[in-house]
Order: sequence, then C-alpha cells, then structure tokens
Amino acid sequence: MPPITGTAPATVTIMRDLLEPVVTQVSRIVLGKGEVIRLSLACLIARGHLLIEDVPGVGKTTLAHALARSLGLSFHRVQFTSDLLPADVLGVSVYDRQTGRFEFHPGPIFAQLVLADEVNRATPKAQSALLEAMEEHQVTLEGTTRPLPEPFFVIATQNPSHQVGTFPLPESQLDRFLMCLQLGYPDPAAERELFRGQDRRELLEGMAPCLGVEDLLAVQRAVPRVHASEALLDYLQALVRFSRESPELRSGLSPRAGLAVLRAAQAWALMAGRDHVLPDDVQAVLPGVVGHRLRLVDDSGGSSREGPARLLAGVPVP
Amino acid sequence: MNAPPRVSTPQVLWLVGAIAMVVLPHAGRVPLWATALFLALALWRLAELAGRATPPGRAVRLALALAVAVGVYASYGQVFGRNPGVALLVAFSGLKLVETHSRRDAFVGVLLGYFLVVTNLLYTQSIPTGLYLTAALTLLTATLAALALPPGTAWPVRRQLGLAGSLLLQASPVAVALFVLFPRLPGPLWALPSDAHSARSGLDDTMSPGLISRLGLSDEVAFRVRFSGAQPSRDELYWRGPVLWTTDGRSWSAGEGGQESPPQVLAEGPTTGYQMTLEPHGRRWLYALDAPVEPPPGTQVRGDLQLLAAAPVRQRMRYEATSATRYRLPALGERQRRLALELPPGAHPDAVALARGWLAGGADPEARVTRALLLFREQPFVYSLNPPLLLGDPVDEFLFGSRKGFCEHYAGAFTVLMRAAGVPARVVTGYQGGEVNPLDGYLVVRQRDAHAWAEVWLEERGWVRVDPTGAVSPARVERGLDAALPEAVAPFAGLLLDEDSGVYRLLHGIRHGWDAANNWWNQWVLGYEQRRQRELLGRVGIDPSDWRRLGTALALLTGVPLLVVSLLLHLRRGRRLDPARRAYDRFCRALARRGVARAPAEAPLAFARRASRSLPAEAGTIESVTGAYVAVRYAPSGGDLERLRLLVRTFAAASRWPRGQSRGTRAGGTRFD
Repeated sequence: MPPITGTAPATVTIMRDLLEPVVTQVSRIVLGKGEVIRLSLACLIARGHLLIEDVPGVGKTTLAHALARSLGLSFHRVQFTSDLLPADVLGVSVYDRQTGRFEFHPGPIFAQLVLADEVNRATPKAQSALLEAMEEHQVTLEGTTRPLPEPFFVIATQNPSHQVGTFPLPESQLDRFLMCLQLGYPDPAAERELFRGQDRRELLEGMAPCLGVEDLLAVQRAVPRVHASEALLDYLQALVRFSRESPELRSGLSPRAGLAVLRAAQAWALMAGRDHVLPDDVQAVLPGVVGHRLRLVDDSGGSSREGPARLLAGVPVP
Repeated sequence: MNAPPRVSTPQVLWLVGAIAMVVLPHAGRVPLWATALFLALALWRLAELAGRATPPGRAVRLALALAVAVGVYASYGQVFGRNPGVALLVAFSGLKLVETHSRRDAFVGVLLGYFLVVTNLLYTQSIPTGLYLTAALTLLTATLAALALPPGTAWPVRRQLGLAGSLLLQASPVAVALFVLFPRLPGPLWALPSDAHSARSGLDDTMSPGLISRLGLSDEVAFRVRFSGAQPSRDELYWRGPVLWTTDGRSWSAGEGGQESPPQVLAEGPTTGYQMTLEPHGRRWLYALDAPVEPPPGTQVRGDLQLLAAAPVRQRMRYEATSATRYRLPALGERQRRLALELPPGAHPDAVALARGWLAGGADPEARVTRALLLFREQPFVYSLNPPLLLGDPVDEFLFGSRKGFCEHYAGAFTVLMRAAGVPARVVTGYQGGEVNPLDGYLVVRQRDAHAWAEVWLEERGWVRVDPTGAVSPARVERGLDAALPEAVAPFAGLLLDEDSGVYRLLHGIRHGWDAANNWWNQWVLGYEQRRQRELLGRVGIDPSDWRRLGTALALLTGVPLLVVSLLLHLRRGRRLDPARRAYDRFCRALARRGVARAPAEAPLAFARRASRSLPAEAGTIESVTGAYVAVRYAPSGGDLERLRLLVRTFAAASRWPRGQSRGTRAGGTRFD
C-alpha cells in the first residue's frame, strides 16, 4: 500500500476504509455500542485520551482491550488502588549487582495503549503521575527523560464519584482527557446476544489487527488537516461564547476545550470519509468532549449530559 | 397543554425594581395604606423569591383586591378621578407582583408600569419629573428585554440597561417627530378629573392683612415676560391684577366695582409690546403691565382695567399684550365714584377723623394725597413681612399704633384715608418688579413680587397710581423685596446680600440657569400648543390646519426614516449572510411550507435525515441540496454555488404548489415538464 498522506478526498476515503473494519471488529466484541466505539476511535486518532465513566461490568475493559487488539497496539492494564505508588505506574530503577549499575524497569505506562482502571480509586499522587505522563508523552524519572511509545493512548475508567472510597479527579485533570464517555447498559437484544455468544476473552484472543501502526500514525497526522471552514469556526466560537455567557453554567469552555472540540470533530469527519468538518460532526462529538468540562450551576458534580444539551439547543447553526 | 413559561429570579427582580420606581413618586399622593400595601406585597414577592414565603392563594388575592376597592372608596368617597385611580393602580400593581409567576403576567406588569409612568405626568410635568420618568422608562424597557431573553439566560445589569437605553434612544426621533407633528387640539383631548387642580399659590380676589405677605417668601414663578422692545424701568413694572373696591373694615374685595364697559386708556408715552407666560393660578384674571392698551385677544376687559380670561387659568397660558406705562384713565362714572368713596359706617374712626381734618382744612385733592404720603414718610412707619397681629380696628391700629406693615397694610390704609378725605380711591393688587434672567432675557416675576397699591381719582388727571409702600420703603419699588427686606432672605442674609461674594454669584447663577431651563421647557415642550405648532410648521411651509398635509408630513418624517433604517438593516444582514446560506435558508423555508421546519440549532445533515424521513418522496432532492450546500459552505474546494442555487430554485418553485391540488396546474403547464 502506498504511504498515505494529506487529506485529498481520495486519501480521506482510504482512511475511512481503513478505520471502518476496526469499528466493525470491535463492535463484534462490545455489542450494541457502535456510537461509543466510534467516539473512542475518534478520540484515539485525534491523539486524545479517553475517560470512561461507568459502573463496573458494562465492558469498559473489554472495549479498551478490543481497541488495542484491533489496532495492533501494545497493551497494558493498571489497576488503580488506594495504595498504588507513582513508581507502580511509571517504573523504577533497580541496582543491578552484576553490572554495578542502576537499571530501569519500565512501568506499565510504557505501552501504546494503557488502560488505567478505576483511576479515581488511587491517591492524587498516583493519579498525577499518570496524568503528567499523558500530557507530556514522556516520563522523567531520576533526571532521565524517557519518551513513551507512539502512538500513546490512555483509556482511564472511573466509577461514578459518589461511590465509596474514591478520589474524584479535579477539574484541571479531567481537562486532560479529550473525551469522557459513558458506556451504559446494553440494549436487550445486544445483551441477549452477549449471554448466548462466545466468551469475550476468547473472542479477544482470536482478534487480528486490521490496521498497521504506521497507518494509524498517518491517520493521526491527517486529523488536524481536515478542513474547518470559516462558517464552522463561527459555529464553534458561538458555542464557546454561549457556554461563557450562560448563567446556568458555572464556568465556560476554555480555549483548550474549544480546540479539543475541533480536533474531535475533525477526527469524526475523517472517520465519515470527509475532508471537511460539518456542524453535524461538532454536534456528534460535543457531548463527549465537553460533558466533563461543563458544570451546571445547580449540579452536584460528575460529568453531565445536561450542559452539552443546553449548549446544542441554545446555539443556532450559523 | 404546556405549562406557561415561568419567570426567573432576575426577571422578577427587574420587574419589582421597575414597578417600585414608578410607584415611588406616588407615595406622597395616595393614602398611606395604599403605599404600605404596595410595599408589603413587593416584599412578599421578594420573600417568595428567597424561598421564605409562599404566594398568596386566589382567595387572599381576591379579598385584598376587594379591600383595596373598599379602601379607595372610603378614602375618597369615589373610585373614579385622578387620585382614587392612582391609589387603585398603586395597590393593584402590588397585587400584580405577588401573582406574577408566568412570563405573560410579567409582561402585563411591565405594561402597567408604562401606564403608571403616564399617571405621574398628571401631577407634574417638570424637568426633574421628566428625567426621573425617563430613568423609569429605561428600567421598564430593560425589564421587557429581560423577559424577552430565552429561558435560562440572563444578562449583566449594565448590558441590559444599555440595551434599553439604546432602544429608547432609537425610538426618540420618532417620538420627537410625533410630538412636533401630531395635530394639537386647542384644549386637552379629554377633561382632567375635577380634582386635578388643587390649591395653587397666588393672589386672591380679596385682600386682608397678611394675605400678600404670606407670599413674600415664595420663590414660585408667577409669570414670565418677554418684551418685544426695550424693557421699561423697574419702577414702572406694575403688573395689574384684581382691582378691589369694597371693604368691610378689615378685608378688601372686588365687590360690585368694575362692571362698566372698559375705559379708554390714553397713552402718554411709548407703548410696550410683550409676551406673558402665566403659570396656572386657578383664577380667571390675567395680569398685564399697567395699563394695557391692547389687551390679549379673547379676554374681557372690565371697567377697572382688570383682564378676565374665558375660563380659570388651569394650564400655563401664553398671551401677548401691549401696554403704556404712562397713560391717562379719564373716565369715572357716577356709580364708580360712589363705590370709590364708600367706607363701612363707623369703621376706622381715628383715620376717618384725621382725613376729614385735611378735607376741612381746604386742601385740594392732590394736596390731600400728598398729606397722606407725608404721613407715611414722616411718621416712623416700618415696612415688614412680619407685622404684628392687628386685633382691634386694623386701619386705626396700624396707622396710630403698630405702624408696621406689608404693602397690603399701606395700600388699604391709604385708600381708607383717601376715601375719608373725599378722594375716590381703590386698591389694585398684582405684582411689582421682577428679575431679568440674563441667560434667556426673560423677566421672571415670582410670588414674592406680589404687591398692592392704590389708585386715586383726580379731576384733572383721571385715575392716578399711588404706591404708599414706595413712600415708606423706596427700595421695595426700586430694587425689589430682597433689598427692602433683608429678613425675607434671612437664612443666608449675610452671604446673599453681599452681591460681590462668590456664593451670591454662584447661587444666583444656578438659579438663573435652572430658571432658564425651566422656561425653555415651558415654552417649547409644555407650551407647545396649537398656536406654537402652527407658527413652527408655518415657518417650514406646512399648513397645520390641513390635516392631510400634516398627516403626509407625519408619515414622511416618521415612516420614511424607519423604512430606510429597516432597509439598511436588511441589506446589511443580507450582505453579512453568505450567499450559500441564503440559498439554503430559502430551501429550509420551502421545506417549512411542506411541514418540516429546521430548528435553528439543527445541523444540516441531521436536518436532511429528518426531512427525508418526513418527505421520503423528496429524499433525493433534499440530499443533493444539502450536499451542495455543505460543499459550498464547509468544504475546502468551495463547491458549486450556482448548482446549489439552481437546485434550490427548482425545489422552491415546485413547493409553492401544495401537492394534490397542484396536479392539474402542473400537468397543464409546460414549464415543469
């Protein structure tokens, strides 16, 4: 296959055709969650990290694992607990008696796809070790900076914050995640199929990657080049302005949040095989991107569907 | 049925504030209970807002409304008229506040507020009132704007007020045009309720000791004068008002004098034309510079040169007249002579005896007048605003006892002396002097300039004005009350009398400026009646009596600018709108006619999906139009605008004929084949 670059219409179609099998394949494992799978993939190719917030047992881990397999990425899982130390995530240098030197044993963070399970069970210290690595795409320990593999994608899961024994992520750290999604219970048909079908674990074993790492990187590079017209930027800015002026929202969207919406919408457009962003793309990704960044004035916390819904209903498409 | 939209907390706060502002000036005009009720209800509404009270039930509100009606009836004896009406409105606006929960109620509340603004003008139309009511209008309009915001949104207070201000400012040219051009009627369109005219200060048609001196401290303007030529000197500025003929020994009244036909005034010098702007005083008479040669048109001139208007002066009135300050009044009828010599029998024995002595001494009438004036000048008479109370015979006690009095004492006593001495005499009341406002050149005559003097009949000269006050205190006539009576301005005497002090000049400057502003307001805003409108419009060539022309001018001056502005706005909006967007909007309108309207926040592809589901037959067209539109508007290559336009035009044209009934037309025409 020739190297794919740019965003010419033909290239865009190729990229869509590359990504579509991933969605199909993951959908076979995680049943009835096509929308969430697409959004997760969009988040990944927009080089963002994903936070999945839901009760245990709805398939968060399975989704992460399936994505890793489909994309042929190396995969590590870190179970966050209250006694987790930063070193347990990042790695540690151990003195090797034979060589007489310290040798670095990389932690689970050194993988292309890291699943940080129940991230809000850990102490803020361990959380911040992970979040810093996510932000910088590198780990600095004892004066040595070690780059993380490319692509690098973190899927963190967290239990709803009202559960016992949690350290909810502060707003500033929530901001590091491009999207925050909920899986939700499967619909009855999907659930019936789950009960009937093969064990998910076995299915995962049998999955073959349908995309090369090089292709994935090319797609990631193509995302920022998806065209956003003036009219679309008008719409984006109207959304941001509305969030800042609405008295129902405690704080408006930051410029970083606006950029996050744009990137996610570009990724979404690319996945639809388009070389330009439409308001539809913005509307599709907006709940996932801003849900955890907006706080309603009369809201108790946690990510919300209300804020994005108000935004979408209140801003006319220019 | 949907629940009506509820008002939000900021909206209620706006409404309560705005209504309170228009009710506030009424607080002193309506009974205390009405104000208290309004206040209590407004606080109730605020407490409800804070979650500390529940709204009153229907029964409570109904009972309160009935109680208000009963209360107004109890307070006024009626429920109609200005004051009862305003009291009702004040109390009911409080009730409206506690029952305002939906947006519709709030709109009604704002309209009530606008009406309350108008009711304020029934009481006063001064400049401060105007400014206050403008602020109230801004607040009300801001409330209206707050109510119009989409649910769940609120603007900062300043932005809200700014919007209201700019709205009012945009409306003001139309308001000015309507004010200038709307046909003026000679009287008010509807009669003001009879209680609209409460007591006003000013001269009475009787004079008794203390009545004029009561006005001595009043700075209220009686009238303003503009001379068309040179202003006569100050000691000639006698403004003639009611002429008093009869006395009962204590007070003077017009009695039966002056019923003859108007006398001829023979001018003995140049005449002076001037324009008077008389403040309403609730009486029929008009004032004129002594003596009017050409009285204002439409007035009746009495036998003693008193001018009477057709009706009591209840509104500020403007008239023109010409007077001669040096004149002869030769006529004296037999009845007049009798009246002018009449004294109540047995009254003022000492004064009468003194005057009879002069008569017996054989002096001619002119000499008797001089004797009387000499009496005032040589005896220790004092000019005073606070004369002692005269308990016995007022004239005798004044002449021979207290010797302290204001102009009415001197004029009264002098006339008594003259009549006793056989010289026909009468009392004239009015104003003397006035102050020129250097800013606009108007002569301002205030209540404190009220004055009384006498006229005596001399065979060779006719009626002659004699001012006995001038004999006691020449300063009163030459320089005015302030100079004659430092006590009149006692609180600031030291500062005010020093005409070189900065404070004096500052205070006078402020007073003049304020007065000139008020005069301008009176002349051009409040006094803009039929005649002035005719004058002004005549100058620009519009005949105001031709209502068709006036109507055309009105329409042209208000309609055309409005049309131009809206056209400009439309064009600007059109220019700002992308051409692809315009075409797409047209497409959406066509779809809306078919029953599928795009929500403003609906994205194009989502709308296309929904529309195709509703109109499966048009799915192909919808898809191609939407595709063309997003290509032009969002794709990097630009797309084909002409194709989009063509597609939309075709679709819109086809949509004009609703399905079903259009079949025949379509089949018959070749256009659509």
